[in-house]
Amino acid sequence: MFNSSFDAVIPIVCVVLAALAAMAAEAFRGKGERMPIGLLGLVGLVAAGVSSALLWNRNAASFGVLVADNFGLFVTGILVVVGILTILFSSEVLERDGIPAGEYYALMLFSLSGMIMMAMANDLLVVFVALEIMSIAVYVLTGIRRDKPEATEASFKYFLLGAFSSAFFLYGIAFTFGVAGTTRLDAIGELMAAQAMVDNPLVLLAMGLLMVGFCFKISVVPFHMWTPDAYQGAPAIVTGFMSTGVKAAAFAAFARVFLSAFEPYIADWAPAIWVLAALTMIVGTVVGVAQVNLKRMLAYSSIAHGGYLLVGLLSANEVGKAAILFYLAAYAVTNLAAFGVIAVLGARDQGNDELRDYAGLWHSRPALATLMTVSLLSLGGLPPTAGFIGKWYIFAAAVSAGYYGLAIIGVLTSVISVFFYLRVVVMMFMKDREVAGMPAQVSGLGMAALAVAIAAIFYLGILPTQVLDLAARSISTIF
Amino acid sequence: MIPLSHYLIVSAVLFSIGTTGVFLRRNLITVLLSIEIMLNAVNLSFIAFGRTHGTVDGQIIVFFVMTVAAAEAAVGLAIVISLFRHRESLNPDAFTALRW
Repeated sequence: MFNSSFDAVIPIVCVVLAALAAMAAEAFRGKGERMPIGLLGLVGLVAAGVSSALLWNRNAASFGVLVADNFGLFVTGILVVVGILTILFSSEVLERDGIPAGEYYALMLFSLSGMIMMAMANDLLVVFVALEIMSIAVYVLTGIRRDKPEATEASFKYFLLGAFSSAFFLYGIAFTFGVAGTTRLDAIGELMAAQAMVDNPLVLLAMGLLMVGFCFKISVVPFHMWTPDAYQGAPAIVTGFMSTGVKAAAFAAFARVFLSAFEPYIADWAPAIWVLAALTMIVGTVVGVAQVNLKRMLAYSSIAHGGYLLVGLLSANEVGKAAILFYLAAYAVTNLAAFGVIAVLGARDQGNDELRDYAGLWHSRPALATLMTVSLLSLGGLPPTAGFIGKWYIFAAAVSAGYYGLAIIGVLTSVISVFFYLRVVVMMFMKDREVAGMPAQVSGLGMAALAVAIAAIFYLGILPTQVLDLAARSISTIF
Repeated sequence: MIPLSHYLIVSAVLFSIGTTGVFLRRNLITVLLSIEIMLNAVNLSFIAFGRTHGTVDGQIIVFFVMTVAAAEAAVGLAIVISLFRHRESLNPDAFTALRW
């Protein structure tokens, strides 16, 4: 089975089949009949996880355009975890909010299949198609609460800027194709290495346009305008999914394109990334301080985290490469846990996502308040959590690569960001007001998913060596 | 034979027209059309480059782009319709539920 040229697509096929099954289930569902559609998704995701574990170390390639190298498989692993946790949280939220389950799960799984494809793509055109598969599904997911004006508005803003940026991305592919005569990343890399000394304006233009496209997707300042609106307007559960999944997939493709194909031109793109990383960390943090809506605040926090990831990308030395993947994993579980808490605390007509809604949560919901505190501390980068180890390695990599300025900006912004994370914690523990309108009961499944996420945060924070080792070995397959 | 640069210039001009349209037009449908113009400008580049390389790759890529553009337009128009149901307006300045 593991020797044909279809090997690398197996994880993607598993997810797509689950998505099709979810769609079919919704189509044949009788009115008012309840179906365990989420379970279909879980089965597909577990199958994708198992098949990518079996593909480990095999360097399978499908038709030359999809490669299941360890880098792609590691990111696939992160995406599978994101998908499974999202499904576990969703079971709780969907019924309460009246979101159509079949459509929701199908879109989520299609989007995940695009993300996995993006992480494994070895061809710029495939990166583009995967990016669109991922994005188009997420646009719809953002606006899946059609009864809510702000959800529709968020979805439109996200769609407009997403489509706009993919045009830039495509233009970049066109110029790369013009210069190299191919869209295969490995072939482009060889060609670039051969002519790296020549200053070809078309190559610079291509790199710039591709960078703009990627920066929109991972919401790097100044291409971040859509992020706060989309994250606030979308249902919390979708926000958790897209802030982790989309970012991980887009960042994986970004790293693959710029660290393998355009690596010979690093002297040209490194200064641009330097400026973008600095701007992203500063703006994300400073504007985040001023927010009174928790989802919006976490949106700015996720912008800032994109900046830290860029620092890792820039200082792509031995430490930095592993740090990128580790940070993606740490950020994914942490952010999902935070948005999971917001999602289970919401009500159908009321998001309960303003900062003041969290006053006194410790008294009414001690368990949820504790879980939220852990994930906020991890986002802030306090030991002994995953976020701390992630930031530690990113900044260590920056220092050893000689980017002292970025390391200093990173540490300073982390310190400032702790302020706004702690503000929420103070709200939850020290304010007295009893919270009105909170749901009476959180189901066992939701709590179990939260507990798993929190356990992962502590695992990555206390015993990081195993995952770091895995990350280091997997990223060495592409550079 | 028309040189490559002519095609690229036309394509760049079309792309700029599309970009300007996205920023300046105050009707959501026109904004969507502007994005389509941008994508088609890129298609022109692909075909021109493909011709100079002497392969059909460029033209095949265009088919993929057209497919993606169609899917995008379908979702985009659906979102515009659901937006119109809430606001009774297609002017982007009317959408102010989410602000910094």
